[in-house]
Amino acid sequence: MSVPTRTDEQIATWSPPAPQAPSVGQSIPRKEDRRLLQGQGLFTDDLWMHRQGHVHFVRSPHAHARIGAIDVSRAEALPGVYATLTGEEVRGLTDRFPQIAPEPGGSAKDYCLAVGKARFAGEPVAVVLAETRELARDAAALVEVDYEPLPVTLDGVATTQPDAPLVHSEIGSNIGWEGVYEFGDVDWALEHADHVVRIPHLHFHRFSSTPLECNAAVVDWEQGTDTIQILSNNQMPQFAAMFMAPALGVRTDQLQFRSQDIGGAFGLKLTSYTNITAIALLSRKANRPAKWTEYRSEHMVGSCHGNERTFRGIEVPVMADGQILGFSATAFDDVGAFMRYEPLGGVIFSQVLPGCYRFQHLRVDYRTVLTNKTPVGPNRGYSRLQHLWMVERIVDIVASQLGLDPVAVRRRNYIAAHEFPYETPNGCLYDSGDYHAALDRVLELVDYDGWRERQAELRASGSGRRIGIGIGSTLDSGTSNFGQARLINRELQYSGNGEAAICKLDLGGEISVALGTVPQGQGHETTTAQVVADTLGVSPNEVRVLAGADSARNAYVAFSGTYASQFAVTGIGAALGAAKALRDDLYAIATSVLECAPEELLLVGGTLSVEGDEDRAMTFAEIANLVYANNGALPPEIADAVTLNRRFVYRPPFGVPDWRTKSGHLTLTYASQFHACVVEIEEETGATKLLDYAIVDECGTPINPQIVEGQVHGAAAHGIAAALQETLEYDEHGQLLNGTFWDYHVVSCPDTPLFKTDNLPRPSPFTPTGSKGMGEGGGGPLHAVCSALQDALGPDVVVTESHNPTERVWQLLHEPDAAAREGAEVRSR
Amino acid sequence: MPDSVHAIELTVNGEPHEAVVPGRQLLVHFIRDTLGLRGTHIGCDSGNCGACTVIVDGKAVKSCMQLAVQADGRALETVEGLSGPGEEPNDLQAAFTRHHALQCGYCTPGMLMSATALLEQAEELSLDEIRRGLKGNICRCTGYVNIVRAVEDVAARRGLA
Ligand code: FES
Ligand code: FES
Repeated sequence: MSVPTRTDEQIATWSPPAPQAPSVGQSIPRKEDRRLLQGQGLFTDDLWMHRQGHVHFVRSPHAHARIGAIDVSRAEALPGVYATLTGEEVRGLTDRFPQIAPEPGGSAKDYCLAVGKARFAGEPVAVVLAETRELARDAAALVEVDYEPLPVTLDGVATTQPDAPLVHSEIGSNIGWEGVYEFGDVDWALEHADHVVRIPHLHFHRFSSTPLECNAAVVDWEQGTDTIQILSNNQMPQFAAMFMAPALGVRTDQLQFRSQDIGGAFGLKLTSYTNITAIALLSRKANRPAKWTEYRSEHMVGSCHGNERTFRGIEVPVMADGQILGFSATAFDDVGAFMRYEPLGGVIFSQVLPGCYRFQHLRVDYRTVLTNKTPVGPNRGYSRLQHLWMVERIVDIVASQLGLDPVAVRRRNYIAAHEFPYETPNGCLYDSGDYHAALDRVLELVDYDGWRERQAELRASGSGRRIGIGIGSTLDSGTSNFGQARLINRELQYSGNGEAAICKLDLGGEISVALGTVPQGQGHETTTAQVVADTLGVSPNEVRVLAGADSARNAYVAFSGTYASQFAVTGIGAALGAAKALRDDLYAIATSVLECAPEELLLVGGTLSVEGDEDRAMTFAEIANLVYANNGALPPEIADAVTLNRRFVYRPPFGVPDWRTKSGHLTLTYASQFHACVVEIEEETGATKLLDYAIVDECGTPINPQIVEGQVHGAAAHGIAAALQETLEYDEHGQLLNGTFWDYHVVSCPDTPLFKTDNLPRPSPFTPTGSKGMGEGGGGPLHAVCSALQDALGPDVVVTESHNPTERVWQLLHEPDAAAREGAEVRSR
Repeated sequence: MPDSVHAIELTVNGEPHEAVVPGRQLLVHFIRDTLGLRGTHIGCDSGNCGACTVIVDGKAVKSCMQLAVQADGRALETVEGLSGPGEEPNDLQAAFTRHHALQCGYCTPGMLMSATALLEQAEELSLDEIRRGLKGNICRCTGYVNIVRAVEDVAARRGLA
């Protein structure tokens, strides 16, 4: 056998590299920063293709209208206009997109352009391709569409009434899906409780976390190879492929997705496949690449929003000592005009059915309802935050109505640290946590006792100001079991979850990792490099991470992507598995060439050497050379077994949940966050100000604590924005009233408090590194701000809305009956 | 009606440039499409987000709210002027990394240009002045805290705190 030769000089001067300190757990600087800071990032609008045309969509000005003739002749007559496409053509060229809902909801017809009628204001009805961005816009303005306006349905509850106009006549009602989740014995609890608190109405409003980069795509349907090249910022390309391929009648492997940098997504860039489908058809028709960059005003009306949810008839059985036995509620989840990711929200909320609490008797009667509004997408915290907000409102309203201390009620009802892993009544397994310790810590951080004193002083002073101190306990469940889709539609052949990664030693011994996760700012290049570097005994600088989408790399499975708080489990699990597999190859080669046992090898600084015998060593470059360029010298017993190019699929330990009982292991990890805030209210005007804000998060073992803290800050800013500033509202005709950043008041720097944070790790027993996904944050500020307002306003007022701008706070102070709708009532035994 | 065209002269990151621009072309499109400087971004169509912020004659300007012709005779600075590819990041850019003041990085060039102008114009810069000074730049990822910390850090190092 021949060993790659070293010169005597190499041997004489070689000394073993210093062992690398582990990088996992360190806040190393991010690898992605330099290009982004120097203006060298590659976002989709930065990408061009030769001969590309520019796309502009023609959108319905009506929320609901029958579409008659569409005349594109004036647009097409403009010099430089390459092609147009209308809904009628789409009907002939494609099938409707597959639907997740079972019948009758599943019979909805969703095409990439409106076919027959428009169902929300802003829905694309036609599309134009032209030489320049401006020309495409001019030409789109010349497309003439005959609309016959129809009556609209806009209210999430009234839309379920038999007389409501139908959004999809095929369904026969505006209920896209419905199901009852019932565990324990709620009726028994309501009968035997010392008190029953009734809350007739709670409303979680519509908002969107509006990524700063709008949707964009450059699509080329290459006719020679019949390949559809898609450069885009779609955040879940394989999900997109599963919807696009059947609609277009192509193989999924004809759809080749690529991306580099994505300017935020928050779940809202998941459903852009509808636009991409139209652009692909346009590209084929014009036989040239088509580039689309959405304008912000288009994004606001035409992409997607977060789910709006109305809760009705909430009943809460409570014992005299403050023990809450559970609750019963009806939920109307308004998803707008199409169910694209929906009705998955109808099961995903149940991952956190009892919130942070030991509630045993639970009933939620859930309806996914359709209205003539912009469709929803899974906005950060998706479906769990609406539900957790209701749970936290229940706790605060119970405390307020029964004259109990909201801190004590939480302590009384939280799941205790020793109970983890904790099985909820619906079979979910909370992996780890210490809610009591986290609550104590966050109250300490915010100086709860100090603020209570200040509150009493202020109350006595008659200053016209008051303060409220609020708590939000919330969960960020992560790594979904897609088997939960069967609770919605038992025909769906989905279960488990997974992620792929490819770890490779390249020609010169360089390490690279390709991910399937398509990150949008979460620092995957850095955290992946940390984990892989530690596995292979090198520094993170030596690991090149390919994090954007690229179908050709084959680093994906069906549910690849960055969503549902899962990267630290699925993405890291895949990268770790691939790095270990590569390490196996390295060891196989070194043991064979160096004629030693694996236990004798030291893996340090990109070199494998025999402990105590430093001359016997192979660098990664030497190993790579042997495999790629000198394989005649490879020991035959390993020659066919090593590739230095290892793909690994991480698969969480899931089974198939039971659709009959609507229970099971729905998600793998439960990060938790505890928020405490102090809100000052000016009584005369209702103006609010956040005086202090603290957050304690728990997400298992942090891989890079600074990145974790950044996610905590970001999610908190979204929650504060939604609680106080951001709302998407419609007039009675279904016109969006906040359709630009002028009217949609995105939270700005001075609006955001300087959060105090702490992290209390409780490693997950279920995950590869003890880490948990944590990016969504669970909407803590929505709970905490409402809690603080409730605290400031007292038991005569019930905070029933998730969104409380100045005018609503004023109304709560000065017209409480009108503001709180039906308020709350207590029936005691 | 054919678009009008205009000849303009300006400096871009210190280098003289001449161009002929359509009358309706926005400055941000001139920067991105004509000059090929793609670090300047677009996040809205109403002048509210600041992703397009550049410095014109020493002042932070939203380049989506100006026409390219308005840059005639002016000195334009973009993010690419702070440090070129392959060069070490400048002190502000380095502080953004130290403090993890960027996530997706889409707002970052505009944020850096606003902060650059803020730091250059001030003789003293308090925490509140920094927070108010960055009001015109939206970041959807970071919650701003770390951006404020990074700018504060640079202000202190430059003796402005
Ligand atoms: S692009 Fe938003 S302010 Fe210029
Ligand atoms: S880092 Fe994403 S918008 Fe600021």
